[in-house]
Amino acid sequence: MKALTFKRGVHPPDSKELTNKKPIEILMPKEGADIVVPMSQHIGAPCEPIVSKGDRVLLGQKIAESQAFVSAPIHSSVSGVVKEIKQVLTPGGAMSNAIIITNDGKYEEDPSLGKDTDYKNFSKEKIIEKVHNAGIVGLGGAGFPTHIKLNPGPDKKIDSIIVNAAECEPYLTTDHRVLLEKTDRVVKGLEIVLKIHPNAHGYIAIENNKPDAIEALTRAANGISNISVVTLQKKYPQGSEKQLIYAVTKREVPSGKLPADVGCIVDNVDTILAIERAVVKDRPLMRRIITLTGGAVKNPGNYQVRLGMSFRELIEMTGGFKEEPAKVISGGPMMGVALYSLDVPLIKTSSAILCLTKEEAELPEESNCIRCGKCVGVCPMGLMPLELNGDVLANDYEAFDKNHGLDCIECGSCSYVCPAKRHLAQSIRVTKRAVMAMKKKK
Amino acid sequence: MDNSKFIVSSTPHIRSKDSTSTIMRDVIIALTPAALMGIWAFGLKALLIIAISIASCICFEALFQKITKQKITVCDLSAVVTGLLLAMNLPASSPWWLPIVGGFFAIVVAKQLFGGIGQNFINPALAARAFLLASYPTDMTAFTQPEGMNSFMSSIFGVSTPIVDTTSYATPLAVVKSASAAGNSFSPQSGDFLNAIFGNVGGCIGETCAIALIIGGIYLLVRKVISWRIPVTYIATVFILTWAFGRVPYYEIFIGGLMLGAFFMATDYSSSPVTPVGQIIMGIGCGILTSLIRVYGGYPEGVSYSILIMNLAVPLIDRYTKPRIFGGGK
Repeated sequence: MKALTFKRGVHPPDSKELTNKKPIEILMPKEGADIVVPMSQHIGAPCEPIVSKGDRVLLGQKIAESQAFVSAPIHSSVSGVVKEIKQVLTPGGAMSNAIIITNDGKYEEDPSLGKDTDYKNFSKEKIIEKVHNAGIVGLGGAGFPTHIKLNPGPDKKIDSIIVNAAECEPYLTTDHRVLLEKTDRVVKGLEIVLKIHPNAHGYIAIENNKPDAIEALTRAANGISNISVVTLQKKYPQGSEKQLIYAVTKREVPSGKLPADVGCIVDNVDTILAIERAVVKDRPLMRRIITLTGGAVKNPGNYQVRLGMSFRELIEMTGGFKEEPAKVISGGPMMGVALYSLDVPLIKTSSAILCLTKEEAELPEESNCIRCGKCVGVCPMGLMPLELNGDVLANDYEAFDKNHGLDCIECGSCSYVCPAKRHLAQSIRVTKRAVMAMKKKK
Repeated sequence: MDNSKFIVSSTPHIRSKDSTSTIMRDVIIALTPAALMGIWAFGLKALLIIAISIASCICFEALFQKITKQKITVCDLSAVVTGLLLAMNLPASSPWWLPIVGGFFAIVVAKQLFGGIGQNFINPALAARAFLLASYPTDMTAFTQPEGMNSFMSSIFGVSTPIVDTTSYATPLAVVKSASAAGNSFSPQSGDFLNAIFGNVGGCIGETCAIALIIGGIYLLVRKVISWRIPVTYIATVFILTWAFGRVPYYEIFIGGLMLGAFFMATDYSSSPVTPVGQIIMGIGCGILTSLIRVYGGYPEGVSYSILIMNLAVPLIDRYTKPRIFGGGK
């Protein structure tokens, strides 16, 4: 079958060979160490703690929640005592209120866990409620509460559920490993989502740089009439929601609209796995799978980690650094956030820790635009980044808006390809925020 | 470990290896076969013109940036490309000062006064050529016979042209033009055709050897420095229109400055459209103007002026050929 794809895009070196053959290893936090649980780990309203200093909490116990519509509760990933509640730095760079739990190393489970497992007889509503209560958010990096995504309302006719297994970010290999090692659970997770939308068809979309995963999934989904495995071309940003929907269904999500508006729901592989665990095993989101990689790391690999462990602890547990990293990124090299401190906790949206050496992190100097048009040739949204950059430099927010700057998905393809090394994506991102704030004021 | 040592910057954290200087380097590599053929055909005089032209472009750029207290950017090699292109657009018999005057006009007037690389609205080398052609018409049209090439062609293909007056030698387009002016139509023989492809014809240093220019053009296409849109539509338009006007199209596309113009001049980044549709319009527009000037104009050749005229329309073309926004825009 011909590999599906979207228009334009870039081909950065995928650098996945560091970790794509490394099986997922389970790392447990050290006894006596602090687990830091920020209240803001998702898009939407931050949670409020429902435990207080000195309380003993159990593994899987709900420790924070919010009454807001767009939010997701948070659970303890260890058992222990609440040491304090304070402001901490999160991997995204912002400060957030957080519950600090001292891990007693006993992993004593909340007694309610794993009781309600008769999932075959669950109603649609019950499945969504389970996903909500499990605190599941988009684990690909965006962190949008999954229960809202799964339930777009009666006016939206959902006909396609797409499991996003493109994993187009260079270096990242967790989705690949999950597909290989937990193949049947991914299929089961998708079947559960299809129970919510019985008239929809399920697609597991995988880039063609993972032929073993495509083969494994095709075998596992064999005989299931409403699930197909689709092969995508290896191209960045293939895993971007809009581009993925276009590749699979040839539909374009209109500007300012959501996937549900074109009948699609897209979920990341690890999210699907979390849904499976929440519904089949009745266990909340307490862990995630993360790629630790980059030239500066001694033992790059894929690790299943408890939420709330610190980046520093995790890196030390795997053997530390081979050489001093010059840059540490939470996420992939195209869209991840550069950190200035390793003392940040792993949160629901931490998909990778990328530690680059001095050479890998070298920043080229910006020079004048030579109008080569390469940015126009790669923009997956059909924008003209050089023109938007000009609008930014001229402080012309109106022109920026008119030139559809707000449609930018911030994938960074323009900056990646620019021979003059201009900070195109950066300037557009900053101005997007300013224009949106300006519009809100009006 | 001291946290404060980490580099913090915006995304993306990796960049492609291409840079302005690698692109310019590729253009220089692509121009090399045609330049070497020019030197072989017209002798060491051609090499001297090329050297003076490149050196003066580099000097003027560095000097201008020094005087205006800007960062000196000659290392991006764009001045070398301009110098090389300018030389390739001059006859080998040019006096030594001609490329210096041209280099000044290209770098200072056409490029730096408008803001330097990426800001010039016309192709600097072509602007200089047009300036020189208007100012020193005799020097600019004193084409000599490619003696080196002539002996080669006669020994390999048995086609040669007799050695004539070496100070004034008609270009193929001038021959075609004078034939049609006399009311005849020129029909090239196979010898003429071979001469045109290999460059055994009169003309500027770098424009005569069509095959070397095509090889260079293909190199640029393979390296993705240029897209097919401008050169292919340009050459195709000239082919179709000259055929429609009663000329011999498969001869027309190999003579004059068309190959040099289509692959190397019309594709100049600063002065050509950035949008895919715009590039096609650019190619077709250049092709129409070139054909009109060749057939109906006062000059035998129209590549330079066509590209310069289309350069002026580029901002307009870009504005009206923006790509469609994914999702339709709001």
